[in-house]
Amino acid sequence: MLADKDRIFKNLYGQHDWGLDGARRRGAWDGTKAILAKGRDAIINEVKASGQRGRGGAGFATGLKWSFMPKQSDGRRHYLVINADESEPGTCKDREIMRHDPHLLIEGSLIAGCAMAANTCYIYIRGEFIRERGRLEAAVQQAYDARLIGKNNINGWDFDIIVHHGAGAYICGAETALLESLEGKKGLPRPKPPFPANMGLYGCPTTVNNVETIAQVPDIMRRGAAWFASIGRPNNTGTKLFCLSGHVERPCTVEEAMGIPLRELIDRHAGGVRGGWDNLQAVIPGGSSMPMVPAGRNEADTLLMDFDGCREKKSALGTAAVIVMDKSDDIVTAMARISYFYKHESCGQCTPCREGMGWMWRVLTRMAEGRAHKREIDMLWEVTTQIEGHTICAFGDGAAWPVQGLLRHFRPEIERRIDRYTANPDSAGVLDPPVPTAAE
Amino acid sequence: MSVRRLAEKQPPSFAFTLENLAWAKGQIAKYPEGRQQSAVIAILWRAQEQCGGWLPQKAIEATADLLGTPKIRVLEVATFYTMFNLAPVGRFHVQLCGTTPCMLRGSEELKKVCRRMIGEETEVTADGVFSWIEVECLGACVNAPMVQINADYYEDLTAESLTRIINDLSAGRTPKPGPQIDRINSAPVGGPTTLTDPSLFAAPAEAERSSAGDEAKDQGRN
Repeated sequence: MLADKDRIFKNLYGQHDWGLDGARRRGAWDGTKAILAKGRDAIINEVKASGQRGRGGAGFATGLKWSFMPKQSDGRRHYLVINADESEPGTCKDREIMRHDPHLLIEGSLIAGCAMAANTCYIYIRGEFIRERGRLEAAVQQAYDARLIGKNNINGWDFDIIVHHGAGAYICGAETALLESLEGKKGLPRPKPPFPANMGLYGCPTTVNNVETIAQVPDIMRRGAAWFASIGRPNNTGTKLFCLSGHVERPCTVEEAMGIPLRELIDRHAGGVRGGWDNLQAVIPGGSSMPMVPAGRNEADTLLMDFDGCREKKSALGTAAVIVMDKSDDIVTAMARISYFYKHESCGQCTPCREGMGWMWRVLTRMAEGRAHKREIDMLWEVTTQIEGHTICAFGDGAAWPVQGLLRHFRPEIERRIDRYTANPDSAGVLDPPVPTAAE
Repeated sequence: MSVRRLAEKQPPSFAFTLENLAWAKGQIAKYPEGRQQSAVIAILWRAQEQCGGWLPQKAIEATADLLGTPKIRVLEVATFYTMFNLAPVGRFHVQLCGTTPCMLRGSEELKKVCRRMIGEETEVTADGVFSWIEVECLGACVNAPMVQINADYYEDLTAESLTRIINDLSAGRTPKPGPQIDRINSAPVGGPTTLTDPSLFAAPAEAERSSAGDEAKDQGRN
């Protein structure tokens, strides 16, 4: 188990002062000026050496991402944008950072901004987090008042932080949709290239990072890359906030070492699966966009919670939001509800996604009741492959994968339901209800 | 996608209060020159607050005028983002999370409470006090099931505790937001399993003195 002294988020549960004094007592804003004085390349190299990969879902190497920013400005401003639009079902980690340890995020933004020669940072927080936004704005004001950030601050890098909020759109968590939204438009993802490091916010070089990624940076710089890299496994280093939700005895958010076995994580911190480990049906290890991993000796029993460990089980770590489903759960209905989520949140820009989401939801809803043909299972699989990879952003993939996970592991369950219904059909039949308009 | 259209019955006019107008200018100033459209969500949000929780067409148009952008640019934003209510809502607008993590822990029961105490989804009670709507993941999944009422999250709900909260609100009381069971924010019930080492939170000098002892303890544990 990770020792308490190796934890970064020491006020995860808000038991202590969230403000500047409390944050300083916990080690924040200590020697920030000296860190910035090391210079851009030294900071980027240190983060590269730590092996930190982005905590927002994709797991891209942080230091490498920063190094894509132009070395010399061509006259355009550089922007750092923090993605605090946390909306992936199952995920509630950035919220804890923003309301309980906001100064880690603010200090991390300053260091990251310095490393990519950005003097302006926008923090895009989801609209629903009204209280969290208030807390974050208060913390930013504290940092301005103490001249930790702002023009001619004591840390030696001019830096403005502006808290910006959305108004309820999951898609704005996608990098380029977030930039569109920040520019005051609908959150429609942009095709890449051009990549944001060349042409991002207002057409200027921009880097978008997740809250947790940035909030870890001050500790990486203070304690050293070697410390961070010593936790976890190679290529999967450091600590991670895990959100344990669903059918566990005591749901919680907890910081643990990467690579911790799933079973140990749940047993130690969440009091185990409801009804015992053997009562586990399946687990979604990384937020609703990732395929589920079923119970079993070669599946959830041996799942290691890091990027490579989840990939070995044909899933992904994503945001490390662990959604546990026990045997009492109606797994097809649970997945149909996830499909409904994606239908609701599709931005409507790409046809496969806009039309496919509603189609998948309707078919899954029928399958949950058994009102379907068995051949439709293969058809559903084929449709997921036609959505996956055929959209501008990763939303289409993220909606197709959980359905694929269901079909991969629970096809017999769907067939059983179809058999049961066919043996005793009612007047509703297997037809979809009529759909009034194409784009719902 | 969801179909979102403006309400059929619209008030004839809208004007920002002087206070909100000044506030909106401050928002616009946060962004580079010529990029005033970036402030659109913040200003629409303020307009919605001024109108008692929803956005009439005239408020959308007034926002466009204020920003100097074509009306369609603001209208499409208002219809894209689901937190903009395009029809009137109750003074207490209950947003009930129904996505899978909340569903696994009983959000269906909460929907029944809302139907029983408030009425059908998106309908406003006759006295204008309550309305409710099912929304997608609100990002408090380890405290599921939960609802958001105006600005506050009410977490770890049961049918009983949601009933009590709605009763409290209608009686003019202010229920305590956050977890409705005995737990600290997102820590597990029964107390945190981590961050229990007191030296983490000691004054710096004290922490240094005790850190040697900690290391010995950690090695013992390993």
